[in-house]
Amino acid sequence: MEKFITITSTYVPLPIENVDTDQIIPARFLKATTRDGFGDNLFADWRYDKEGKPKADFILNNSTYSGEVLVAGKNFGSGSSREHAAWAIGGYGFKVVVSSFFADIFRNNALNNGILPVVVSDSFLAELFESSNVNPQSTVTVNLIEQTITNNETGKSESFEINSYKKDCLLRGLDDIDFLLSNKDKIEEYERNRPYTY
Amino acid sequence: MSTIENISQNNQKGRTLFDKVWDAHVVATVEDGPTQLYIDRHLCHEVTSPQAFAGLRERGIKVFRPNQTILTADHNIPTMGQDKPIRDEVSRFQVDTLARNAKDFGLTYYGLKNTKNGIVHVIGPENGYTQPGMTIVCGDSHTSTHGAFGAIAFGIGTSEVEMVLSSQCVLQTRPKTMRINFEGKLNEGVSSKDMALYMIWKLTMGGATGYFVEYAGEAIRNLSMEERMTLCNLSIEMGARGGLIAPDDTTFNYLKDREFAPKGEKWDEALAYWKTLKSDDEAAFDKEITFDASEIKQMITYGTNPGMGMPIDDTIPTLEEIEPSGKISFEKSLNYMGFKAGEKLEGKSIDYVFLGSCTNGRIEDFRIFTNYIKGKKKANNVTAWLVPGSWQVRKQIKEEGLDKVLEDAGFELREPGCSACLAMNDDKVPAGMYAVSTSNRNFEGRQGQGARTILASPLVAAAAAVNGKITIP
Ligand code: SF4
Repeated sequence: MEKFITITSTYVPLPIENVDTDQIIPARFLKATTRDGFGDNLFADWRYDKEGKPKADFILNNSTYSGEVLVAGKNFGSGSSREHAAWAIGGYGFKVVVSSFFADIFRNNALNNGILPVVVSDSFLAELFESSNVNPQSTVTVNLIEQTITNNETGKSESFEINSYKKDCLLRGLDDIDFLLSNKDKIEEYERNRPYTY
Repeated sequence: MSTIENISQNNQKGRTLFDKVWDAHVVATVEDGPTQLYIDRHLCHEVTSPQAFAGLRERGIKVFRPNQTILTADHNIPTMGQDKPIRDEVSRFQVDTLARNAKDFGLTYYGLKNTKNGIVHVIGPENGYTQPGMTIVCGDSHTSTHGAFGAIAFGIGTSEVEMVLSSQCVLQTRPKTMRINFEGKLNEGVSSKDMALYMIWKLTMGGATGYFVEYAGEAIRNLSMEERMTLCNLSIEMGARGGLIAPDDTTFNYLKDREFAPKGEKWDEALAYWKTLKSDDEAAFDKEITFDASEIKQMITYGTNPGMGMPIDDTIPTLEEIEPSGKISFEKSLNYMGFKAGEKLEGKSIDYVFLGSCTNGRIEDFRIFTNYIKGKKKANNVTAWLVPGSWQVRKQIKEEGLDKVLEDAGFELREPGCSACLAMNDDKVPAGMYAVSTSNRNFEGRQGQGARTILASPLVAAAAAVNGKITIP
C-alpha cells in the first residue's frame, strides 16, 4: 500500500445524496478475479450511455473537473459490502473521498485500500460544492498528520476524525493483514482459553 | 414510534446480548484502534473471494483454520440448466476459480449440483451451521440474516475475507447498540418483510448507521425462525452493522437435529450456554425505539432505496414533504421509477415478479406464495421468476407438492441462486419494466440496467403475479 501524508488537489464535486455501491460499480462488473481495472467502470451507468459512449452531462466526463479528491453528497457508499466500490474509486485515481456521512462498510473498505474517507460538516460540504461551482479549479488540502481539511478557495479548515491505528497504517503504508499476521500467538492463546468453543 | 437516546451511559450493571457475544470473541484491543475479533464461522462465495485467495498466494500463506470456512456458488449462477456448463464465460471462470481455491486451500465447497448448494445465507441456517452466540462473517452485506439466531453476523469486504482466511480474525470498531421493540401483535397478512420495510421507512436508510440492533418485543417473539431471518436480513438497509434476536425455544427447536447442530451431550451443553444469551433486564442501549406492531400495514416501495416505502394504499410523498437537501435525490429517484410525487401506486400494472433471494427465498415464503395463487392463474402480462434459496428448499417444495400447484397456475419453478436479486446471471429485468420483488434492494440498475424494482413481501408479490398489478392481497 502507498503511504499517505498530505494532498493538495482540485476535486470532483458529486452533490448527490445516498450514492450506493450499485451506482459506484454496477454488479455486472463484479466478475473479475483480480483487483485491477475497476476504475474504468466507476459510476458506469451514469458515465456511459447504452452504446458505451460517455454521457456529456456526467461530471467525470466534464474535463473542467478533475483531481485526486471526490466530494460527494451525504451518506456515500451505502448498500453492498463489496470492496469493488473502493477498488473502483481507487482505480480511477481518487485518494480521498469527502462527504458529510459515510456508510460503515464503505468507510472500512476505503481505509483498507489506502483511500481516506473524510467526514466534514454539512455546511463545509455545501461550501465545497459552492466553491467548485464558482471556480472549477478550486482546491482542497487534506493533511493526515494534522487531521485537517482546508477549502483553499475560502481558506476555511475543519478537523476530521480517524483512529490512531488507522492513521498509523495509512502513514506507514501497512495493511491490517500485516498486523494480524504478526499477532498469531495471541490468536492461539485466545483459542485455548475462550469462554465457549463451537 | 417512540425513541429514547443514551439511557444512562454509566449504568453498567447489565449487559446486552450483543455485549455478551462480542466480549466472548475479543482477542485483543488495539489502543485507540479497532478490536481484534475472533470469527467462528466464515461463509464464502465466488464474487467477493477471488482477490482474497490471490492475496494469500501472494503472501505465500495457508488458510489458518480451514474447518471454519465453507464455500458456495450462488451470486453468478444460472437458474435454469445448472447441470450444463455455465454459458457466460466470465461467470463460469469465477465459479471455477472458487472451486479451484477450495481445492488448493483444502476447504469445504458446495458447488453446483451439490445437494447443499444454495444462497450463502440460506444454507448456513438450514444446515445448522449458524448457531446462537457465534460470530459469523461473509463477503456479502446480508450476512446480518444469521443474527436471527442470536449470533453477531455481519458483512465484510474482500480485504477482510483475506484477514479471516489468514488469521480467523477481523478488526472492527465496536458499534453502538440499539434496541428496537415491536410491541403488540401483527395484523393478519402482515409479515416480517412488512415490519422491515415499515421500520426502514420510519428510520430512513441511514437511520441505524453505526449501530448493532437487537429486535425485541411480543411481535418478535411470535415470529418463526424464517420470519426472523427476513427481518435481520434487512437490518443492513437502514445502515446497521447487523441485527440480532435473543435465542429462545423457537430457535432451539429449529436447530435441533440439523446436520451441523451439536448432538447428544454436546447439545445439552450448548443449550445451557445459549440460554444465557439474552440482554439483562438492567442492560442499557445507546438508543431504544419502540413500534406498535398493530399499526403496520402491508408495504411496498416506490423509490430507489429501501427507505422509500409506504403502505400499499398510501400515496408517494409530495415534493413539499421532502427535506430541501433530499429534493434532488427524490426527484431523480421518481424520474428513474417513472412515478410522480403524490401519486397512488395501488392498481398500477407491473411486468415482472421475483420470488426469491436470501430475504424471502425460504420454504415458508414459497408456502405463502403458493397458498395465495392456489386455484388462480398467473396474469398474462407478468413474467414470474420463482427461485428457491437452496436445493433443499427446492426439494421441500417438491415434497410438499407446491410445484404442482404453481404449475397449474401457470408458474414455473427455477433452480436456486441469487438470481434477479442482483442480476449477475441471465435473470435481468429489462429497462423500464416494473418488477415486484421479494428481494432486498431497489437500487437503480440492481435488477438489470434501467429495471424498476418495487420491494414487497411474498404475499404482496403473489397478489401482483395473479392480478398483473399492485393490489392489496
Ligand atoms: S440473494 Fe441477493 S442479497 Fe442475498 S446473498 Fe444473494 S445477492 Fe446477496
